[in-house]
Amino acid sequence: MDHASPMTRWLKGLALTLVVIFFMFPILWIVLMSFQTNETILRMPPSVVFTPTLENYQALITGKLVSSAGVLEIQFMRNLMNSVILSVCSVALSLLLGVPAAYAFARHKFRGSEDIAFTLLSFRFAPPLLVLLPLALYFQDLGLANTYIGLIWVYQLICLPLILWIVRGYFEDISPDVEHAYRLAGHSWFSTFRRIALPLAGPGIAAAGLLAFIFAWNNFVFALVLASADKQPVTVGALAFVTASGIQYGQIAAGIVLSIAPTLALALYAQRYLVEGLSLGAVKG
Amino acid sequence: MTERKPPAIEIDAVTKRFKTDVALDAVSLSVAEGETLALFGPSGAGKTVLLRVIAGLVEADAGRIRIGGRDMDDVPPEERGVGMAFQNFALFPHMSAFDNIASPLTARRQSGEALRAGVEKLATMLKIGHVLGQAPKALSNGQKQRTALARALAGGPRTLLLDDPLRNVDAKLRFEMRLELPRLLAREKATTIYVTQDYREAMALGDRIAVLEGGRVTQLGTPEEVYLAPATLSVARLFGDPAINTLKVTPQTDGQGPFVLLSDLRAPLDDGLSHAAGRPCVLGLRPEAVRFTEAGAPGAVAVTVEAETPLNEKTVTLVTTKRGREILVSRPAGTPGPAEGAAHIAVDSAHALLFDAETGARIAPRETTRRGAAA
Repeated sequence: MDHASPMTRWLKGLALTLVVIFFMFPILWIVLMSFQTNETILRMPPSVVFTPTLENYQALITGKLVSSAGVLEIQFMRNLMNSVILSVCSVALSLLLGVPAAYAFARHKFRGSEDIAFTLLSFRFAPPLLVLLPLALYFQDLGLANTYIGLIWVYQLICLPLILWIVRGYFEDISPDVEHAYRLAGHSWFSTFRRIALPLAGPGIAAAGLLAFIFAWNNFVFALVLASADKQPVTVGALAFVTASGIQYGQIAAGIVLSIAPTLALALYAQRYLVEGLSLGAVKG
Repeated sequence: MTERKPPAIEIDAVTKRFKTDVALDAVSLSVAEGETLALFGPSGAGKTVLLRVIAGLVEADAGRIRIGGRDMDDVPPEERGVGMAFQNFALFPHMSAFDNIASPLTARRQSGEALRAGVEKLATMLKIGHVLGQAPKALSNGQKQRTALARALAGGPRTLLLDDPLRNVDAKLRFEMRLELPRLLAREKATTIYVTQDYREAMALGDRIAVLEGGRVTQLGTPEEVYLAPATLSVARLFGDPAINTLKVTPQTDGQGPFVLLSDLRAPLDDGLSHAAGRPCVLGLRPEAVRFTEAGAPGAVAVTVEAETPLNEKTVTLVTTKRGREILVSRPAGTPGPAEGAAHIAVDSAHALLFDAETGARIAPRETTRRGAAA
């Protein structure tokens, strides 16, 4: 790399800059929009020069959307809270169920184990709408419609296969001899699972959990069908910004900024786990 | 050995198949208390599988394992009182060397000063005291191997299973450890099964050697027995470097006793081998059982010298007989060798081994009145 000519280095820098601009521009634009009023957003030609305002955030946080047609109640903060509850609980439940299952699939080849694992994965490629309509009817009968428990249960369709398959790969990468050695040292299989398998697959579990969290957070259609206003996450709640008097771009932008903030923060925090997870092979004993 | 105690480890007709491959075919062995059994064989012979069956890591399809007289059928690995060192070390990558070695002690709820003292004593003995705080990643292969060994020993196991622990360390360290290990094993007084693919290691470390080939024990005996009286041709081939010379022969016998023809000349065999006359056989000649001699000396065979390789402690010469059969001759380094070209060799009849050409089984000399007079 060091002996690349200045020209190549320059071109490489240019290409990287272009890629960064391509990906970051929409986010930057949204952030800028969130500090503007609808009027400044929609003026022609668009400009980056404006007087920043916090009224979008204020409207979201107080739940009072002031528009030309009057004051509208919105539940953005409640939606945000719902998103947090649904995603955190779904991922937690998935980890609780999926990590031991992944370990079983990785370490024990029993009759039909591949079939079961594959069936679980296949939940990921069925179109959600196909299962949603019958599910909605059942949920009505069972009283699960519009409950956190019902939604968290359905969210397992998103999180569980993801966690199961990613974590299984990490468990398979651990040399069985390392676990054997711990058992021969006199520890039970459960303590081996806890002290050897879990810590060694830790980065992978963190990565899988993070991915599952993002997928759960971004889910739209399950909550749209199965939840009413008070249980809806932000993805569905954002529909409220399309009002009779027009689309509230400023609030939408502020809503987006607030709703991507948790996942972004989590991804930044867990970045080192993701990288560690990818280089797990290098630390095998 | 004469005590009436039950053997420390008893392996009784253990069979293990992987799908259709037979890894272990009714293997039976017993190891006496305090004995070191070297389990030797080529790769793929089933040595590691057998070790794992003993440790309880692999379940056998048939047969039983008894340790200290107790049936191990339903005993999980952690309760078998077995210490094991793995070929790939299998250190816990997320723990320091200290915690690795301490793991058998923490399993017994040891902590504090007793634990520290136990680990440090072993570490000092194995010369890894200075790297105890480091992660396995930071250790050299030799230190990893010693850490793995210390971990296997830390619990003070009655049974020690060592799976080719010197395989992945460099030649110098392997040599050192080959000298050091017997002392260590004697001090630990554990019954040991030592798996190796290196016949020198097997001979240096084993009180007895079990030769495992294709999932079967083909010979069980002391190092001397296995080397000097191999049960089969393949066992003979596995021991010795350079490998044993094998020549297809049909022994004959006359008034002076049995012999084979090499370069149309008479090379005498042990007198007890007369009964092999006329049978198609394979003659096994260790390179050190052949020596150079003068033309006309008794049993001298004319050969052509082809090439000579000086090794450290010996010189190996490749010669061919009149019919073009190749024989390796070994002699201690520094002793005079043959001139280029024509030379004569003589076979040490007491150490010439005869195998049945068809079955590969060794044809043992029978007791005769004349035996011994020839030597």
